[in-house]
Amino acid sequence: MYKMASELETMTETRKAKMMAKDVHVFYDTNHAVKGISLELHQDEVTALIGPSGCGKSTFLRCLNRMNDTVASCRVEGEITLDGENIYAPSIDVVQLRARVGMVFQKPNPFPKSIYDNVAYGPRIHGLAQSRTDLDEIVSTALEKAGLWNEVKDRLESPGTALSGGQQQRLCIARAIAVNPEVILMDEPCSALDPIATAKVEALIDELKGRYAIAIVTHSMQQAARVSQKTAFFHMGDLVEIGDTTEIFTSPKQERTRDYITGRFG
Amino acid sequence: MTEHTVKAYDEELKDLRAIVSRMGGLAEDQLVGAIEGLNEFDVTKARHILDSDKQLDRLEIEAEKAAIVVFARRAPVADDLREVVSSLKMTGLIERMGDYAKNISKRTLAISEMGPVALPPVLDQMARDARKMIQDVMDAYVHRDPDLAMEVWERDEALDNLHNSAYRYILARMMETPEKVGVLTHFLMIAKNLERIGDQATNVAEQVFYTIKGIMLEEARRPKHDLTSTELVTDE
Amino acid sequence: MSDNTKEIKPTDWHSPEMNARIKRRYRKEKWFRSLGFTAVILAAMFLVTLIGKIAGDGLYGFVQTSIDLDIPFEESILGNPRELSKAEFEENVRRANMLRIIDAALRDHFPDVKSRRDRRDLLRMVSTGARGQIRDMVLADPSLVGTTQRVSLLASDDIDQLRKGRIDATEPEANRKVKDKELAWYQKLEEEGRVSLNFHTVFLTSGDSRDPELAGIWGATVGSALTLLVTLLIAFPIGVLAAIYLEEFAPKNRLTDLIEVNINNLAAVPSIVFGLLGLAVFLGVMHLPRSAPLVGGLTLALMTLPTIIIASRASIKAVPPSIRDAARGLGASPMQVVFHHVVPLAMPGILTGTIIGMAQALGETAPLLMIGMVAFIVDIPGSVTDAATALPVQIFLWADSPERAFVEKTSAAILVLLTFLIAMNGLAIWLRQKFERHW
Repeated sequence: MYKMASELETMTETRKAKMMAKDVHVFYDTNHAVKGISLELHQDEVTALIGPSGCGKSTFLRCLNRMNDTVASCRVEGEITLDGENIYAPSIDVVQLRARVGMVFQKPNPFPKSIYDNVAYGPRIHGLAQSRTDLDEIVSTALEKAGLWNEVKDRLESPGTALSGGQQQRLCIARAIAVNPEVILMDEPCSALDPIATAKVEALIDELKGRYAIAIVTHSMQQAARVSQKTAFFHMGDLVEIGDTTEIFTSPKQERTRDYITGRFG
Repeated sequence: MTEHTVKAYDEELKDLRAIVSRMGGLAEDQLVGAIEGLNEFDVTKARHILDSDKQLDRLEIEAEKAAIVVFARRAPVADDLREVVSSLKMTGLIERMGDYAKNISKRTLAISEMGPVALPPVLDQMARDARKMIQDVMDAYVHRDPDLAMEVWERDEALDNLHNSAYRYILARMMETPEKVGVLTHFLMIAKNLERIGDQATNVAEQVFYTIKGIMLEEARRPKHDLTSTELVTDE
Repeated sequence: MSDNTKEIKPTDWHSPEMNARIKRRYRKEKWFRSLGFTAVILAAMFLVTLIGKIAGDGLYGFVQTSIDLDIPFEESILGNPRELSKAEFEENVRRANMLRIIDAALRDHFPDVKSRRDRRDLLRMVSTGARGQIRDMVLADPSLVGTTQRVSLLASDDIDQLRKGRIDATEPEANRKVKDKELAWYQKLEEEGRVSLNFHTVFLTSGDSRDPELAGIWGATVGSALTLLVTLLIAFPIGVLAAIYLEEFAPKNRLTDLIEVNINNLAAVPSIVFGLLGLAVFLGVMHLPRSAPLVGGLTLALMTLPTIIIASRASIKAVPPSIRDAARGLGASPMQVVFHHVVPLAMPGILTGTIIGMAQALGETAPLLMIGMVAFIVDIPGSVTDAATALPVQIFLWADSPERAFVEKTSAAILVLLTFLIAMNGLAIWLRQKFERHW
């Protein structure tokens, strides 16, 4: 939403960052995929990571919830903190980290279970509900927040895989929300969806940003422009430019950034 | 009309429309104030109008920024695109209307030093008509009424006719009372300014029509009855 | 102006060369299709012939000839149930010589048969199992004593073969099992309507016997069932857990590669080698009871393990990584990812592989022969440590027997084995359908 120039000038905010990356490098064996990235994720804000294929944005995103741990050849250097704590410290439980930093993937991947069980799985394994009524509450709240409740409230026992693509992705978002994360990471969440489903998911992201810090990797610059408040442009493993989205898309400071967003690349 | 799925988009368009409406209201106020100042030969009022013109300029810059944001973030198409493009053009036109009102006040200041002269009633009529045009075209904009926009567009003919009579009247007065030629020249310029305001309002009506309907009121259909540039005054 | 740009001539799709190509292509396709069709027909014919032959022989194995005779339940031989106590009566009945009763009945029926030898031959028309039939009747209903009843007694295997048309009466007597006088007695009985062919439940309920008419496959069936139970209980958990570990948790290095290669090779090892292993280790070193389903089960488990591991690994590999990612992304631990998501989705494949492995084990003969499940066992095994035999071994033994009647028993046993195999494969298919979850 556009604010009067004068209002912006009076907003002096030094918000504490929810997650901070400091000089992060990622290597796949000898391939230096991510080179010295430093950026911050704030609550109440959507940060978009854009850039051409293979620029390291997805790799970087997956460091934030340590999904890269499962790749044997991957090595991460640098510091990544959540609320000030280094997430790669040996005292951190990876499993809990992934509940606090949730992830939504490119292709909707609901479990082959009922809609209810999909959303309830996370709370069940983390012991977030004391009783069946608690669990019901958590599931219905998550589905409401994901904008899916009205569409599925009469068929919670039907399989999650029977929903349409857009609904499945919103189910995955509900599933991620159900464990009460603090950060939500989205890896090209709309690339498998049609325009209407995409618009619904984008509207959802807009509403969610009030509660969570959101980072979204996207191939579509237009989506980054629509959905984010901060945009970071990645190129060949480097963070070329990061700034206010409106700034980046009206007057980017770096030539590489301008070339990419205007389609002058290659 | 149905809302956009992403509510932020609707919010951004609403903000833009709000700025344009405010500018329209402000321009109308400027005109009213300028004519009152002229009628009452009130120097304070005239100076006030000169100052308030800056506000209009600032609003125009704000509108421009808001429009650019919508372009950058939403890549609008169809009626959203027409709306944003028209808003940009309209704010320019409205700002010019404000400038003409400012000019009237400037001339008021000049006249005030020359002593009181009765304002030709035809000028008053022109001012009232011009004001009505601004009012109605902003109404048409806010209520998305293409018929009202078309109607305002057609009123330009009447205003042009009034301008022609004002022109002849003032020229006659100049020949009768050559010692008042200074003041009367200002009156002539003021009449011109009022006619220009009417022209801008007509342009605004065109933009409003285009936004709603998607087609332009062609220039060819525009009534041009202003003969002052070709009028020859003969000694009759 | 030099013309140095190569021009591509437009293709003439209707030239005679093109048409010839098209015709050639159609011909080849037709030829290939008819070849495939012929192959299928040929295979079907082989199958039908094979099954038909077995069924033709085997169905006779399920029916057995009986002779109706008027049996005098003589008190002098059996004792008086009203005078003796129940225990004494039963003792008496068990020790009684039923042959005398049968002999008496036969003599009544064939009064002209006088000589000792002839009476012996006459008696031999009835199966030795008839004694047990009479005994069971009297024990069940002691009031029979003193009466004469018409009883359907099991005929001997020669008479049975005669009734089934396997004995050629035109051959010279010296070459026949059934001599002329026996033929005459048989014809008399037949004319009197005392010869009948009935469904022989004994085949399905009793153990092996030297007499074909008394032989049954229940012993072998129970033996096979116990053996397979042992095999399943050992091979399934070990195999599935090993597959899970190798696929999901083991580090990918040279050692695990080596293990994978060796498992694949083990699946190709001839089964008799496992039999030798079983003989050496289970019997030689561990001194487990010979011929027991426990040893057979252990040996077959070793043999089936590679099959189960390979099938399970393939199923687990087939689970899409997106499901694992989704579970991990929610904060599921590696164990939870595997046991809550991967294994349930891999279950249809695992179960199918297991049942196919079991079906293979059901039909294995060689390793069981090595560990001794080849003896002549009459009793039905009661536990995994009792001596037993298995269905394929039983078939092998019967196929070796000299009696003519065992030919149909062998075929009948083959039919039973095939039924079990089809049932197990059917179960595999049903289980796979039931647990198939779509993602």
